[in-house]
Amino acid sequence: MLEVKALCAGYDQGDVLHALDLSVRAGEIVCLIGANGAGKSSTMRAIVGLLRPLRGEILLNGVRVEAATPDRIVAAGCALVPEGRRVFAPMSVAENLEMGAYQRLKRGERDEVARDREFVLNLFPRLEERLEQPAGTLSGGEQQMLAIGRALMARPSLLLLDEPSMGLAPLVVKDIFRTIADLNQAGATVLLAEQNASAALKIAERAYVLAEGRIARSGSAADLKHDPTVRETYLGV
Amino acid sequence: MDPQTQLLQLLFAGVSTGSIYGIIAVGFNVIFKSTGAINFTQGEWVMIGGMLSAFFFVSFDSPIWVACAAAVLCIGVLGVLSERFVIEPLRNPSPVTLTLVTIGLAIVTKSGVMLTLGKNPAGYPGFSGETPIMIAGASLHPQTVWIIVVAALFMLAVHFFFERTLTGKAMRAAAADREVAVLMGVRVRHATMMAFAIAALAGGVAGAIITPLTFTSYDHGTVLGFKGFSAAMLGGVGNLYGAMVGGLLLGILESLAGGYISSQFKDAVAFMVLLGILFFRPTGLFGHKEIEKV
Repeated sequence: MLEVKALCAGYDQGDVLHALDLSVRAGEIVCLIGANGAGKSSTMRAIVGLLRPLRGEILLNGVRVEAATPDRIVAAGCALVPEGRRVFAPMSVAENLEMGAYQRLKRGERDEVARDREFVLNLFPRLEERLEQPAGTLSGGEQQMLAIGRALMARPSLLLLDEPSMGLAPLVVKDIFRTIADLNQAGATVLLAEQNASAALKIAERAYVLAEGRIARSGSAADLKHDPTVRETYLGV
Repeated sequence: MDPQTQLLQLLFAGVSTGSIYGIIAVGFNVIFKSTGAINFTQGEWVMIGGMLSAFFFVSFDSPIWVACAAAVLCIGVLGVLSERFVIEPLRNPSPVTLTLVTIGLAIVTKSGVMLTLGKNPAGYPGFSGETPIMIAGASLHPQTVWIIVVAALFMLAVHFFFERTLTGKAMRAAAADREVAVLMGVRVRHATMMAFAIAALAGGVAGAIITPLTFTSYDHGTVLGFKGFSAAMLGGVGNLYGAMVGGLLLGILESLAGGYISSQFKDAVAFMVLLGILFFRPTGLFGHKEIEKV
């Protein structure tokens, strides 16, 4: 589904990702864990085309996309739920969902989009109660539901979630992670970047540990949960 | 003229001028929402609206409405070309850079009109003649009715575009969060081009409908732009509906000041309103403070 090979990327201040290799197979939940500034968000941004790689390859369903613009990567089936939720605050919940399906609506897929909206509203019934409410007035948890719902409206083959637990109450985090696991059960492929390593490792099949823009460790989530370094550094055990 | 009739007369004039300011303010707001910049070319587009309509009317002896429609279309195209050749080549410009660039664009536009269409004032008759309409003793130029009707229709069209069409919603999304709009597959550069087209059309419409009442010349744009900017600030910059209310309020205030104090005092009203807003309520009447979580 997704293959990242020797990816290097950075900003004006210098490189932040150094020869990164990772892969996500269809139907998996793979998580990227690491401290703040380890390069998790930069990896996500590079995959969706917001951060242009300096070197390396990104293959989505076998097609190289490292030089593609974000709209083409979205069209190729990749959707990102950005860090900090970033819903379109002045627009209503319904309009936010509509924007998630922007490219599909432009292609005229009105009926399919309506069905997917029903699916999202069934997944997050709280959103249905607030359809006409400006998204900026929702609670943090509701905004996260909306951000995930908006990404699902693109009907992505690969869903990227960047720090979905950030700033949310523990109970809400539990709900959000349960939803991610449910979506995966229903067939979604997920790449999850998360500082809350214990929550992420619970639902993931495999994980990569990032440190200073490099893959420090990788393996099955079960193995990493018992890795002494991971336990000490990221799980606080 | 008795006081009530005089008041009515002034209100008619105020609503008519205010509708023009409102349309210009909408132009300012559309570009502000899309780029964060204040577009100082807006007033020049109003001026060209009048100048080109007069040029088409005189040169091709065409019906007034055809001349005006052609002029408005040309200005829409001019807006697109301005964005493509002046704004688009700037890679990720800051709002301040963009604002400064539009000042240069305004000077070039004004000079271009002076060199091609001349320095003489231009005008043409009202859309439905010059015979005044009498309402409760107040005399109303028929063009005033056209101005109010066209302004209302323009606002409805803008409202429909931004609230009901996918492209309009995508432009609002890009204004709210440019990067996330990109993630939705919105081509934000295209959205900026659309914003310039709509703002230019707004300028063209305003110029085409006001010229029968005021005449125009190559140097009229700056003052009109300034009045529209004051109206946008009064309503709350970035607020499309505030723009129309701000325009109407400014037009009425200006008309009342001109009627009851002195016509020479009229232009000072916009400056006073702008200063008052900047000092006491910089978010405008309908704007709200933006709180950013860090």
